[in-house]
Amino acid sequence: MVRSPFAALVRRDTRLALRLGGGGAVGIAFFVLAVVLIPLGVGRETATLARIAGGVLWVAALLAALLSLDRLFQADYEDGSLDQLMLAPMPLEQVVLAKTIAHWLTTGLPMTLIAPVLGAMLQLPDTALPALVLAMAAGTPALSFIGAIGAAITVGVRRGGLLLSILVLPLYIPTLVFGARVVEHALLGLSTAGVMGLLGGLTLFAAALSPFASALALRINAR
Amino acid sequence: MSIWRYANPAEFMRITDPLVAPLWGAAAVLLAVGLWWSVALTPDDYQQGSTVKILFIHVPAAMLAINTYAVMAVASGVGLIRRHHVSFLVAKAAAPVGAAFTAIALITGAVWGQPMWGTWWVWDARLTAVLIMFFFYLGYMALWAAVEEPEKAADLSAVLCLVGVVFAFLSRYAVNFWATLHQGASLSVAEGQRVDDAFRTPLYLMIVAFYLFFVAILLVRARTEIRARRARSLRLQEARA
Repeated sequence: MVRSPFAALVRRDTRLALRLGGGGAVGIAFFVLAVVLIPLGVGRETATLARIAGGVLWVAALLAALLSLDRLFQADYEDGSLDQLMLAPMPLEQVVLAKTIAHWLTTGLPMTLIAPVLGAMLQLPDTALPALVLAMAAGTPALSFIGAIGAAITVGVRRGGLLLSILVLPLYIPTLVFGARVVEHALLGLSTAGVMGLLGGLTLFAAALSPFASALALRINAR
Repeated sequence: MSIWRYANPAEFMRITDPLVAPLWGAAAVLLAVGLWWSVALTPDDYQQGSTVKILFIHVPAAMLAINTYAVMAVASGVGLIRRHHVSFLVAKAAAPVGAAFTAIALITGAVWGQPMWGTWWVWDARLTAVLIMFFFYLGYMALWAAVEEPEKAADLSAVLCLVGVVFAFLSRYAVNFWATLHQGASLSVAEGQRVDDAFRTPLYLMIVAFYLFFVAILLVRARTEIRARRARSLRLQEARA
């Protein structure tokens, strides 16, 4: 079977993330744990939890995505496979796109799938759960795309984790605002179409910008 | 003759050298006159009392908090496209100044807000956007500090700055959107009421003074960066010889 290099790269990165030591499952465990900590800190009052559920889930998703960003380019940069990928006939922008998609498949997608369970645990009414899932599905790719820019910029910095978070978290603010507003609108019984549109537009914009900005940063780092 | 000849570090040093002292002088005189005028000669506001005088510092600082980032973005863009080192260094030199103005705007705003609104901080769209701005400055400076090789640091921070300026705009509108759902404009910083004539002239004076100060300190810092770069290359030459 002849596979396109793009699909092969997505497959390789997804597998690496899922296998033991890849950290894919650990990222999701972090997401769940961060959400579980909230009622322990805030209290178990139903109304309060339902009110903050959307924001909590999005902040947790932001942090989980952030913590998994270092595996996007770091390991490949250190063992030299990134140099090989840069020499490959495939444009670097495509390499970045493939790696970012693999990142989303192993962070954003599982978080989206598990979000309704966590939402229900946070006392979010059933009527708001579809909006939560849709918002996560539309918004989490933006986290991977925006994060890829930060990961590419800091790939050459030793122990760049803290630096990465201070670069990337401010860039995540629009996604957080729109993502959490979708859930809030659903909770209040308002129409979510407008905010969903903004969230989806943001993701598309990030998807268009990220491969070029990330590839540029990787080229600078490879000099 | 084109504008690009100023991008030559030697040319930049030669041309800016006679500008630094007059700029400092003008900034100092205008700041002194503006401060004296705005504190001693303006009347108390009928609503805000003498608290209004904080705004003579707050407004110019807040203007520069935003505009410094615009300067950095333009300099970064020019640096990336035309490969001019002076541009990168100007952007680098501007960042701590912008961060300082942002901090001044936030602090004076809090000091003004306490007696006026009865609280140090409101999650108002403008306040939040300026606070976010502060983190953009921090990230930019942290990246410069973290990358050892100056050439790489220059290019990477320029990429970050340009991506940042896009997302700073997006954040501004996202935060607007977020604040409108939560609260009305009861405590908005937006000066809906016009500025009275008695306050306008000293305010303009202060704004001009702040901008002159900004240009002066930016030139000094950029010149320092160029000298530091030159010293570094001399050291490297010496080590190689």
